[in-house]
Order: sequence, then C-alpha cells, then structure tokens
Amino acid sequence: MTEFTPIESLTGGLLIGAGAALLLLCNGRIAGISGIVGGALGAEPGDRLWRLLFLLGLPLGAALVSIGLDGTGVPRASTPLLIAGGLLVGYGTQLGSGCTSGHGVCGMARGSKRSIVATATFMAAGAVTVFVVRHWLGGAP
Amino acid sequence: MRELVAFVSGLLFGIGLALSGMTRPQKVLDFLDFSGSWDPSLALVMGGALLVSALGVRLERRRRAPLLAARFPRPPSLGVDRRLLLGASLFGIGWGLVGLCPGPALANLAQPAPSILVFVASMLAGMALFRLGARAGAQPGRGAAAASIVTSIR
Repeated sequence: MTEFTPIESLTGGLLIGAGAALLLLCNGRIAGISGIVGGALGAEPGDRLWRLLFLLGLPLGAALVSIGLDGTGVPRASTPLLIAGGLLVGYGTQLGSGCTSGHGVCGMARGSKRSIVATATFMAAGAVTVFVVRHWLGGAP
Repeated sequence: MRELVAFVSGLLFGIGLALSGMTRPQKVLDFLDFSGSWDPSLALVMGGALLVSALGVRLERRRRAPLLAARFPRPPSLGVDRRLLLGASLFGIGWGLVGLCPGPALANLAQPAPSILVFVASMLAGMALFRLGARAGAQPGRGAAAASIVTSIR
C-alpha cells in the first residue's frame, strides 16, 4: 500500500500544468503525450524535432527528481501483462485520440466534452481492471 | 526557439510526473483501487495540473496567436463517438493492468529496467499498429477489427 503524498502530488501536478500551459501559449500545441509520440512516429518533416525534444525532456526531468530513480517506477506486472498492457495503452490512446495528459489535463482544461467523457471512461476502465485483477483474480500488482 | 520551449515543457512534465508519483505503478494502481488500499494522491495531480492548464487556456483565449507560432490548436469538433469510447476503454484496461500511462512510461526510461523497456516497446508497437491500420483503411470498422486482435492477444 502506498502513502498519501498530498504536497508532492499537488506540486507535481502544478508543474505538469505549467508544462502544458507553456507549450500551448508559446507553440500553440497540445501537450498530450500520446499525440506527441504518435506524431513523431509518422514522419512529417519539420514537425518531428520539437516532438523528440519534448519526449527527451520526460526522462531527463524525471532523472532530476531523485525519487524517480529509486526503483519505484518499475512495474510489478508479469511479462505477458506488460506486453498486453503496453499494446492496449499504445493502441487505445491512438484510437481514442489521447491519454491522461491530452484528455485528462489539456482537453478537460478546454472544457471539451469529448475529453471529459474519455477521462471518465479510462478512469472507470482502469478501476474495473484493478478490481478484477486484485480482488477477483487475486493478482499481485 | 520553439524546439527549446518544447524541451523545457517536456522537462517540466518529467519533473512533475516523477515528483507527483504518477511514475510509480503501485501508486497508480492504488489510486484506481477504490475498494482496497485507495491512495487519493493522484486526484491532486490532476487537480493541480488542471488548475494551471486551465489558466493557460484562459490566457490563450485573450490572445490572437501563440507567442512563437501562427495559430492556436483547433481540436476536432467531433462529438463523443464509438471510437473515442472504445479507445479510452482499451487504454484504461492497459493502464489498470500495469499502472503506467504514456508520459510516466517514457519518463521511467530514466531508470531503464527490463520491464519498463518491455512496456514502452509494446506501447510503441500498439501505436504503430494503429497507424498501420489507419493507413490500410480510413474507415473506423478496420480500427475496431484491429482492436479486437489486440484484445485477443491478452
């Protein structure tokens, strides 16, 4: 069981929001991670470098916060679940045009109905999955 | 200059994700576990991020254009459709299985453990699979077919 960390979590959230606001107000871009990765996979010349630099900032930023390097970032799921989960996250975020950042932070901040529905849907699907895995199947993670 | 801004924005995201606990799969799974060891921390991450992000949107609406680009984004004015619901559901299932969404998964490359590499590689494969399906046929039926393949792999 993990501890409630209100100060760190709120501060982290404010920084995430600052990153999203910066990208929007300067570059006119939505800071949705799955959208930025998806666009980087399709090679449109001139539209790739900023995406790669943004994505490079993610591990570098995490490395600056030493608590990200203490092994707590390593998922406990088994290899088949890691592969299934990765495929579902990758495919689902492209099909649904966004993830936690694109819909949950940027889209909801714009008051987008699509983003509000998407966020409610993936939170509910995640909660149901955790319920089934932990409490029905008695899985470890 | 736009590239520098993108990098700084990514850095802020990375710091925020790691500091907030979003990069810890156990914390994410505990947040999603309402009937067990519920950890409400991640509600504060979204609350804090939304607050500042919404402030950015308010400023955006007062300006004609971004500081460094020609225009502000115009997200598609589509309604809620099956594609959105199916995509968000699949994403949520994957998120609940492992405890990582795209941003935190990439931020965790700061500590490349085998399981993180497996997850990120599978995630990129899932994204590439969608793009291949989208290129093969633009109609949404194709996407649904490919989605059922992904689910059957489980």
